[in-house]
Amino acid sequence: MTKVLEFVGKVTRFGFRVIRDLFRPPFEGAQLARQLAEIGSQSVPLIAASGFALGAVMTLHTRSTLITFGAEAEIPTVQSLAFFVEIGPLVAGLLLAGRVGSGIGAVLANMRVTEQIDGIESLSVDSFKFLVVPRVVACVIALPLLTLFMDFSGLLAGFVAEYASSHISFHLYITRAFASVDWANFIPPTLKTAVFGFIIGTVSAYFGYTINEGAQGVGKAATNSVVLSSLLLIVSDVVLVKCIAFAFPGAAL
Amino acid sequence: MNHDGRTSVSFEDVSKSFGAKKILSDVSFQVAAGEALCILGRSGTGKSVTLKLLIALLRPDAGKIWIEQDEITNLRSEDLSRVRRKMGFLFQDAALFDSITVYENLALPLARLTDKSQNEIDFMVDKVLRQVGLAADKKTMPSELSGGMRKRAGLARALVLEPKILLADEPSSGLDRITASEIDELLLQQKTERQTTLIVVTHDVHGARRVGDRFAVFDKGQLVSHGTAAEVEHSDNRTARELISIPC
Repeated sequence: MTKVLEFVGKVTRFGFRVIRDLFRPPFEGAQLARQLAEIGSQSVPLIAASGFALGAVMTLHTRSTLITFGAEAEIPTVQSLAFFVEIGPLVAGLLLAGRVGSGIGAVLANMRVTEQIDGIESLSVDSFKFLVVPRVVACVIALPLLTLFMDFSGLLAGFVAEYASSHISFHLYITRAFASVDWANFIPPTLKTAVFGFIIGTVSAYFGYTINEGAQGVGKAATNSVVLSSLLLIVSDVVLVKCIAFAFPGAAL
Repeated sequence: MNHDGRTSVSFEDVSKSFGAKKILSDVSFQVAAGEALCILGRSGTGKSVTLKLLIALLRPDAGKIWIEQDEITNLRSEDLSRVRRKMGFLFQDAALFDSITVYENLALPLARLTDKSQNEIDFMVDKVLRQVGLAADKKTMPSELSGGMRKRAGLARALVLEPKILLADEPSSGLDRITASEIDELLLQQKTERQTTLIVVTHDVHGARRVGDRFAVFDKGQLVSHGTAAEVEHSDNRTARELISIPC
């Protein structure tokens, strides 16, 4: 138990250091741009493809159930609300935890093992600001944007699946999809992924940056990054959903 | 202890442990400005740890470390940054930042720590790369370099800020005799042409005798012999005598 508390304390302190160093010059604009390209742009195909597949599957599943209750017209509404409120943010977060979390953990751990981090420090460059802060900030910025890709890919796939069954027009599908969507169903759940991004970036960077084992530790850092950031992401989702429901009563379905 | 302008580096009763394992025990030595000290010793006797303590990548458990007039063991990060700028560090495996080119590795400290213009940075990088014979490889990624080239690129990065003190961790390890000799020549050049203080950890006695003015021999975390080659050769310590003698 003491070890768990000690670990939680260390990760929390690491997270606070990220926030403190974020506002301390020099600002790592070039590194941030590099990380945004790596974490954000390069994750778009994965997110869009997953969202599309998930959207199509969801429509296929909900269709038969809703037809039973004569609620076929509600398919676009169910699809959009499900994606905007929960599926988009959560699945985008989990996918990013898998793709980016393992990458951050492994890259930083490898840099530690091969003394690259010591090399940067020996040049009087603050390695934490140079390597960790831009990666965490890139996760915070990229995840809400990637969530939008996930949401709209899911919606597009929902339309394609529905069109294949009922030949619904695109205009009618979109009108029905957004008929029940409030800003409160869209903005807070999308923005909550910034917290997911902070968790993924911080936890993964912690495992990579603080590794004190050899090459074997690199794989361990990557695995731990994915496992813990995914777990924390799901747990924090529960808390954030309650917070959003409290702050925006209209968002509760 | 005298920390006048002639003393470049000073170790005073420094001890360091990792967990229960004692790595260094009450080690003291001084290096004068412009002098080359070669640290010899069997593997795991604390030689590389000594270099990392000198550049404050590690902190000692006890003792004091002076770099010129600065006692570095309790320095704040801003002051430490100022002291580190006086030093260059050639790591055993070069430790080049592997996601950027050789040029960017060298330009990084110049762009961040000096107010040089882009043209001046280009000039400096070109000059140092020419010095180490890598002028044609500035756009190459570190992963595309051979072992010897990586070492030379690492040396170029260590030299790009024109340090007063150069620390080198096994500069000839893993290299053939000719390439190792070229690296030794570059180190020697720094000492003779720029009066750079050298502290070199090495297992290569030939190279050490060529570069070093004085020698420190470590055994089981202790400094067992310190002095010129002749003094170490006549040391009471058998390990020191064996390590400094040139193999047949």
